[in-house]
Amino acid sequence: MQSARVAHLGPAVEALVIPFGALAVALLLFGLFMTVLGHDPLEVYALIYKGGFASSFSWQNTLSRAAPLILTALCVALPAQAGLMVIGSEGALVLGGLAAAVVGHQLGGMIPSVIKLAMAVAGMLVGGLWIALAGALRQYRGINETISSLLLNYIAIALFNHLVEGPLRDPASLNKPSTMPIPDVNMLGNLPGLDVHWGLGFGAIFCVAMYVLIKHTTHGFALRIVGGNARAARLAGLPVSKLVIVACFLGGAASGLAGMAEVAAVHGSANASLIAGYGYAGILVAFIARQNPLAIIPVAVFLGGISASGGMLQRRLDLPDATVLVLQGIAFLLILASETLYGRFKIFKPRETEPAAAVDKASSLIVQEVAR
Amino acid sequence: MSELGWWGVPIAVLGGALRVSTPFLFVSLGECITEKSGRINLGLEGILVMGAMSGYAVSYLSGNPWLGVLAAGFAGLLLGLLHAVICNLQRVNDIAVGIGLMLFGTGLAFFLGKPFIQPKAPTLPSIPFGGWSDSPQIQSALQVSPLLLIGVLLAVLLAWAFRNTRLGLVVRMVGDSSDAARAMGYSVLLVRTLSTAVGGFLAGVGGSFLSLYYPGSWGEGLSSGQGLMAVALVIFARWNPIHCFYAALLFGGAVALGPALQSVGITSGYYLYSAAPYVLTLAIMIVTCSPRRTLSGAPGELSIVR
Repeated sequence: MQSARVAHLGPAVEALVIPFGALAVALLLFGLFMTVLGHDPLEVYALIYKGGFASSFSWQNTLSRAAPLILTALCVALPAQAGLMVIGSEGALVLGGLAAAVVGHQLGGMIPSVIKLAMAVAGMLVGGLWIALAGALRQYRGINETISSLLLNYIAIALFNHLVEGPLRDPASLNKPSTMPIPDVNMLGNLPGLDVHWGLGFGAIFCVAMYVLIKHTTHGFALRIVGGNARAARLAGLPVSKLVIVACFLGGAASGLAGMAEVAAVHGSANASLIAGYGYAGILVAFIARQNPLAIIPVAVFLGGISASGGMLQRRLDLPDATVLVLQGIAFLLILASETLYGRFKIFKPRETEPAAAVDKASSLIVQEVAR
Repeated sequence: MSELGWWGVPIAVLGGALRVSTPFLFVSLGECITEKSGRINLGLEGILVMGAMSGYAVSYLSGNPWLGVLAAGFAGLLLGLLHAVICNLQRVNDIAVGIGLMLFGTGLAFFLGKPFIQPKAPTLPSIPFGGWSDSPQIQSALQVSPLLLIGVLLAVLLAWAFRNTRLGLVVRMVGDSSDAARAMGYSVLLVRTLSTAVGGFLAGVGGSFLSLYYPGSWGEGLSSGQGLMAVALVIFARWNPIHCFYAALLFGGAVALGPALQSVGITSGYYLYSAAPYVLTLAIMIVTCSPRRTLSGAPGELSIVR
């Protein structure tokens, strides 16, 4: 029994060993790159650790950067359960942030907690509808969701720029066009006991909730059937279009919430700082996490940590701030490539004897039944 | 805009379109070749930026901008190869790898390009086609980059090659049915690898246009996402190289319309014009697609149309 239990853990161990192995190779390659350029790779590693994960200050920086990535990754991972490849999180984030900024300013005089709730709802609603549109176009018009969500990104950003620099512009924002500021009392605070804003809390809660939804509810099960084989799901009488659109809506809502948190906890108004590529980075996070909502959290924290160490490398070694982008790029490409290794190592394979025996027994029972 | 008045707007749009469309043209031709072979490369944005950087750096170091263009192409070729080699592995998603490559390419370009932000490199010459006119606006609008001419010739050549040459037919066959290609004895992976590498080369050249012609300098904000837009553009052009040229002009014109109208005092809607091509692409897809019919002209093996 002992060995059977260990064998059962095989796939889980595999899912840890392969990406971490790829990460180790990526760090080695990056170290080699640094050595070629005349830097001590060990010092670079140490500084990355120091800048990203060594002190409470660096953790605070890391987690603040991870917060939007967790939510934008969900925008990819949720539709992915239904077999969709949505890359529109950037657009949903930008428009969700804009909606939150408008609501936060318009409701200026009300009770702060009501306003915060209204901002979150506005962000989620706008982001959700934006991605649900991509889902609906796919279900009802047969338009590939990858293409439509990419197009929707550009339309969203253009709409955002138009509104922020035009009708919604705060006349007082001269150098950096912004919407009217959200009053300070209505800004999202920090998580209790941490110096990290609530965006991280939203992300963590959203991830856990979606994990439960996908893995432990009937709706989630239905969604995964759609992802596995949409035709079979339709034959089984599942409301395929509805499930797909709801998954897209939830994903877009996560991204819109990311925009809301960036606006209501960091920037204080919607402006061009919101268009920072979180949506595209979130796509990578989702893929590295293999579309598992719980795995998204550590991957986003890891990515946030590398970004956070950029300043340290710049100050201590006079390296360009793009150094961390190079490391992220190498790490992502290698981890994505390592996807091919799954199932190729014998040691991770679950023992086949017992299930096979069970099947044999079942089939012999059936044969007996038929013979009778 | 004095003596031309309102006529200045279309002329400025034409001039802007001719300038802005060149990187669109090269990147979309590159993407077109890659997609014809049945694979999509979303990393052309990274390749474009890397091409802009290496083109500028080599032009600065060697003093010859054409050497820079070539270097940009080779940088793009290498990154295209990287994408192809990773995607050749089983079960690796080409869209995700493309976005990884976008990050890697821009990161590497910013990293290596840091020392080249300040110095002034020799840039590409332009061919004045407006000599017949006295108007300075028309003269400046018709300053055409030799790269644009090369791009147009390339588009014609590619359209012909896809129809009439063995090589072009093999690429299309691999993109439409890998089973058929395998049955004919062609290596699907090899054809896709080469197509992605060539696509990378063209995207790199498109990047060198940004740093060596217009705007004509290297900096981190150089690209405004032309590499990613090319993916939309190829769909708009229905995988036809000649249509890629028209689409590039249209997309470039849409970008140029905002500034042109601004110069005659119309400042509203600046950003909406630049979004027009995407709205148009989406609208065309809404009209022509249906749940039972995918885009016509699309390579059958392409993950985004299956």
